[in-house]
Amino acid sequence: MNHLPYIVGSYALFLAIAGGFTAAAWVRLGRARRRLAAIDPRGSR
Amino acid sequence: MDASTAFAPPAGGGRNLHRFANPGRFLRASGRVLPWLAAAGLLLTGIGLLWGLFFAPADWQQGDAVRIMYIHVPAAWLASGGYFALALASLASLVWRHPLADLAAAEIGPVGAAATALCLGTGSLWGKPMWGAWWVWDARLTSVLVLFFLYLGHIALVRAFDDPQRGARAGSILALVGVVNLPIIKFSVDWWNTLHQPATITLTGAPTMYVGMLWPLLFSALGFSFGFAALVVARMRAAVMERRIRALLSARARAEAA
Repeated sequence: MNHLPYIVGSYALFLAIAGGFTAAAWVRLGRARRRLAAIDPRGSR
Repeated sequence: MDASTAFAPPAGGGRNLHRFANPGRFLRASGRVLPWLAAAGLLLTGIGLLWGLFFAPADWQQGDAVRIMYIHVPAAWLASGGYFALALASLASLVWRHPLADLAAAEIGPVGAAATALCLGTGSLWGKPMWGAWWVWDARLTSVLVLFFLYLGHIALVRAFDDPQRGARAGSILALVGVVNLPIIKFSVDWWNTLHQPATITLTGAPTMYVGMLWPLLFSALGFSFGFAALVVARMRAAVMERRIRALLSARARAEAA
C-alpha cells in the first residue's frame, strides 16, 4: 500500500491548522495594536 | 477612568498572584517573551518535522506511515496538556478571580481544540493505512473525541453570555469537570483492549522506541509546545488590548454623556 498520500495529508493538515491559527493571531494582534494606538498611544506600548 | 481598572484585583490576599493582572505589565512582559517563544517553536518544529520526514528511518512494520507520528504524537500530548493548562487557568479564575486567568482560559480553548482536531485528523490518516479504517470506536479515540467536544463546549460557553464574567465562571466549571477525562485518555490503552497501541514513552520507564525516531519526535514535541505557548500568548495580548479598547471607549462614552 502506498502511504505517501496519508503522509502528505497529515503534513498538509498540520500546515493548514498551524498556519491558519498563526495568521489569525497575527492579524488580530496587529488590528488590536493599531486600534489601541489610535485611541490611547500610551496604552499600546 | 483608567483602563487598568477593568483588571483591578479584588481587595485582600493573593497580591503576588495579581502582580501580572496589570495590563501594561502583562503586555510588556509578554511582548519580550513572545518573539522567543515563536522563534523556538518555529525552529524546533522545523527541525523535528524535517528530520522525521527525510532522515529518520522507516518503521519495520509500518513503513513510511510512521512519519505521521511526528505530528500526531505531539498534537496528542498538546491536546491533553493544553486542557490541563485550561483547567489550571479555570481554577485560578474560580478561586483567586485572577482577571488574566479568564483570558488565558478563553484563549487556550480554541488553540487546544485545534491541537485535538490535528490529533484526530492525523490519527485518522494514520489509522486508514494501518488498521484499514478511518475511525474505530476504541477507548483511546473515543476519549480524545470527548476531549474535543469538551474544548468546543468550553469555547461556546465562555462566549454565550452577555456578561463575560458569567461566561468565564460557567466555562471554568465545565473545564474543571472535564479534567476527569484526562486520566481516562492516558490509561485507556491499559484499562481496555484497544486497537490503539500502548504508550511507548513514559515518565518512569525507558522509551521502547529506536533513538533515531525518538530525537526528532522530542524536537517536534518541544517545538509544538513552544508554538502552542506563542499562539496563546499572542491571543492573550490581543484580548488584553481589545479589553482595554472597550474600557476606554465606554469610559469616553460615559464622559461625553455626563
